[in-house]
Amino acid sequence: MLNKNSKAASVSFHNVSKVYGNPTTGVRAVDDVSINIEAGTLVTLLGPSGCGKTTTLRMIAGLEMPTNGKVMIGDMDVTNLPATDRDVSMVFQSYALFPHMSVLENVSYGLKFSGFKKSEIQDRALAGLNLVGLEGYGDRLPSELSGGQQQRVAVARALVLEPQVLLFDEPLSNLDAKLRRQVREEIREIQQNLGLTVVYVTHDQEEALAVSDRIIVMNNAVIAQDGTPRDLYDAPANRFVADFIGEANILDCRIAAIEGGEAQVEIEGYSLKLPARDSHVGSALLGVRPNRIVVGNPGAANSLAGEVVRVTYVGNHLELTIKTVAGDLFATSDDVDALLESGTKVSVTFAKNAPVLLKN
Amino acid sequence: MQAIAETKTGSAHPTLLLWLVVGWAGFFILPWYGVEDSVFTFGWLFEGYPLDDDVAPGFFQGISGKKGWLLPHLIFLIGPIFALNRPRSDPLHAKILIICGALGFGWLIAQGFSIGIRGWNFGWQENLFGPLGDRQFGMGTGAMLVASAFLFILTQGVAARGAVNGDIFVVGAIGFVITIVAIFVFYPIFNMLTSAFVTQDNSYSISVFFEKFTDRRLWGLGCLQGGRCGAAWNSLVLAILVGMTTTVLGLAFALVVTRTGFRFKRGLRALTVLPIITPPFVIGLAIILLFGLSGNVTRFVADIIGIAPTRWVYGMPGVLIAQILAFTPIAFLVLIGVVEGVSPSMEEAAQTLRANRWETFRTVSLPLMRPGLANAFLLGFIESMADFGNPLVLGGNFDVLSTEIFFAIVGAQYDQGRAAVLALVLLAFTLGAFWAQRFWLGKKSYTTMTGKGDSGVHPLLPKGLAIPVYAIVGIWTVFTITIYTMIVYGSFVELWGVRNDLTFKHYITAFSIDFTQEGVRKYTGSAWDSFWTTLQIAAISAPLTAAVGLVTAYLLTRQNFAGKNSFEFGTMLSFAIPGTVIGVSYILAFNVPPLEITGTGVILVVSFIFRNMPVGVRAGIASMSQLDKSLDESSLTLGANSWQTFLNVILPLLKPAILAALVYSFVRAMTAISAVIFLVSAEYNMATSYIIGRVENNDYGLAIAYSTSLIIVMLAAVGLLQLLVGRTNIGRRHSRPSSKN
Repeated sequence: MLNKNSKAASVSFHNVSKVYGNPTTGVRAVDDVSINIEAGTLVTLLGPSGCGKTTTLRMIAGLEMPTNGKVMIGDMDVTNLPATDRDVSMVFQSYALFPHMSVLENVSYGLKFSGFKKSEIQDRALAGLNLVGLEGYGDRLPSELSGGQQQRVAVARALVLEPQVLLFDEPLSNLDAKLRRQVREEIREIQQNLGLTVVYVTHDQEEALAVSDRIIVMNNAVIAQDGTPRDLYDAPANRFVADFIGEANILDCRIAAIEGGEAQVEIEGYSLKLPARDSHVGSALLGVRPNRIVVGNPGAANSLAGEVVRVTYVGNHLELTIKTVAGDLFATSDDVDALLESGTKVSVTFAKNAPVLLKN
Repeated sequence: MQAIAETKTGSAHPTLLLWLVVGWAGFFILPWYGVEDSVFTFGWLFEGYPLDDDVAPGFFQGISGKKGWLLPHLIFLIGPIFALNRPRSDPLHAKILIICGALGFGWLIAQGFSIGIRGWNFGWQENLFGPLGDRQFGMGTGAMLVASAFLFILTQGVAARGAVNGDIFVVGAIGFVITIVAIFVFYPIFNMLTSAFVTQDNSYSISVFFEKFTDRRLWGLGCLQGGRCGAAWNSLVLAILVGMTTTVLGLAFALVVTRTGFRFKRGLRALTVLPIITPPFVIGLAIILLFGLSGNVTRFVADIIGIAPTRWVYGMPGVLIAQILAFTPIAFLVLIGVVEGVSPSMEEAAQTLRANRWETFRTVSLPLMRPGLANAFLLGFIESMADFGNPLVLGGNFDVLSTEIFFAIVGAQYDQGRAAVLALVLLAFTLGAFWAQRFWLGKKSYTTMTGKGDSGVHPLLPKGLAIPVYAIVGIWTVFTITIYTMIVYGSFVELWGVRNDLTFKHYITAFSIDFTQEGVRKYTGSAWDSFWTTLQIAAISAPLTAAVGLVTAYLLTRQNFAGKNSFEFGTMLSFAIPGTVIGVSYILAFNVPPLEITGTGVILVVSFIFRNMPVGVRAGIASMSQLDKSLDESSLTLGANSWQTFLNVILPLLKPAILAALVYSFVRAMTAISAVIFLVSAEYNMATSYIIGRVENNDYGLAIAYSTSLIIVMLAAVGLLQLLVGRTNIGRRHSRPSSKN
């Protein structure tokens, strides 16, 4: 019943700002943001609370109107179009299921306002329930479903409209950890099967890495970085992104020279060659993922000398805190049998091409 | 779907078309001026329609040459046609609608006020344009439809300009509420304000106002030397005493119900609700039966201590007791919500921080109840100020503002200016109290409900407090039961204190029905007329009140627009205006064109709507703030517009609030007296004013019998409404989705 969506449309923001209160002195929730989301992709807006990601999503939905700038869906300028008149549907964090309507009535709700015939409304709603695996639950009230089932009803209700863009506002935050993984996989599968354009808001970086074609990291009302999950993890643009996506050790370092795109980096006597990424000679920042820190015997050449100050066994790996002259490093080691304990002298090196130079 | 989206944003304007049709119908088909019977009897069709002056539509009135000032409306009714085929985003579309709507509406109002039953209404117009050969009467159905059409054409223009996200329904609703509040609250009050300055020969003068304002009967302090005090002082002292006493009593009740192990809580609740469905002056009557010259208690005490019975109860003491009994339940209803609303975790937190029960109550519970206490006091104060029945029945020589206003209007002295001045003093007192309350509460937040599940329990009252509270509640309860027994019993006594035989005589006089031989019923009882009128008016005004109140609440809680604060103040203003003031201002304002509705049922309905609307607004706001906003938003993103959202999502979830608003406005319409007494006419007499009339003739038996019947009818009506509105089944209720946020 629900076919591959031919209506999926792109979304673009052109220098959009949203200011609450006085336009000059008020709070800038979104500040001069331009983005372009291609049709048929799942793009995540990721960031800490208050970064403007939800405001951005609500401007796509038409629930907030931009103070400045232009919002386009497909080829249409929808900047001043209210939510009702946009072909966009949204899954809310609280699900916002209408408590006085049955599951089927909830799913049919939007179809009623779309000019379908009665029988077709019924067919499409049932197909929507099938798609999320809730056939036979149509007569229940939302309050008679579990949290996960309610979430699926909310997804079905938005899906059956075959919108140009489907929006998710932290859809998994009310589910427990196991269910979260399962549902996010289902959402991704439906998105890919139906070729939907999906914009997805979350503050959970793991969730974002798992479901997205592209991630837009926001911080303080502006875009901090825009890229594929791998880009963001392996080559974060700045300190904020490195810190926010996964865990990272951020170290002060010095760039001694730059030659042919390669930077000669010095950290307390440990020297490395790294891609320069338009940094300049002088002091700089270096980011290293904990799992890319190699712990070796003390005294190794071209390394940092250190001392293990804390060892925590967390099942499938060890978490180490190592004190070095460059500062405390947080490292993980898969070798759970290693004889490391507090006070052990070690040497620290970084896996090749693992560290990245960061903008502050 | 694409096609639908296009029609939504394209150039079809079904709402605009609808209002244009309404406007054209109003101008070309329906009689422009008010007709004698209801429009729906269609009697006007046979009285020379469409050319006779009395029933002609605006267009024919205009082209017949005499009332040429009606023709400009046509221009503004034709104009919007040119907007019909333009898309909403076209600036010209909005411009045409705004210009036509605003100018049309403005012209309609301007001509209505300028030309009255004696030609020009203002001297300067006559000087400017010369005398006018014609005149006009109050606006009728045609004019109303044209006015509504202009109003909604204007709001659609404003919406097309992008106000409130371009939402036609919301902008229209805002415009509608503003207009009716302006016409039926601000205009009469303003009108009354000016009439306080009018001299005998119809010119304006400040000295007239001061002469009336400084009257000794108003501000005299003679009672301090054993004489009589002015009505203003009497009213003020009485209102403050009533406000404080009812607040304390209401708090005592609320505490017993929520914070003690008291076993008959349900009974207590029922007992406190009873006075709400009792016309306020009925308590006064019962007090006369108990403490009057031939009252039971008076005679009993006189027999024991051997002194002659006195008339001590007539005056301040009687009015005070009656008002306290009548208004304590209102204070209770306000306070129960607040006392229950204080989050138990706050109190539990205080206890874990080593405060004992008494300290917890004094330092946490009581301060958090401050808004409730202030509201309860304000209500008691305003109710006492506005109360008309009890002072009339029990006042004796104790003059208060509300009765003085009444006698200034209906008495031998017929002095509109004096009534207006007195009403202004009354209004100043209540608005002053309103302002003082806001000032006292300040900007502190007293919100204790977080929406998160709060599983704690309220601590019990400390012992030192529980005992006096129990005592107060006990005495009050016994007293109330006595009073109501008296009312029921009194309705069967032939002549209280003189002939104490039991009889059905009063009920028969009031409600007898004769069956002729053919089985035809004839309502021969003297009360039937006013009884049917009361039921009819209450039944019409209750749903309208609830509707206006809930729409206003929706706008206040769910929409953001410029001037929202003044909007809220305007809609709540009629709450602070005593009924007596509304009554006076309505007869002053609506006795003459353009709105000539004095003496009709319409003025009663309208007065009830605006008297009782604030309660509907409050009830609506309270329940709507419990509905998560994402419910509306999801409905909007699913393609419903805001009207459909209101209808399909908000209303079904608001049934308790709807019920509350319906019950309240129905009951108030049946028991109200203060505004009604000015507005009733021979044709539309209400039960309460009929009863007051019987009381003035010392016909207590009939008055009490009628009141008892009213109480029973209201009980039945409340039950029926409960059945009609029904419940919305939402299973385990919204606590589930919302508690997870």
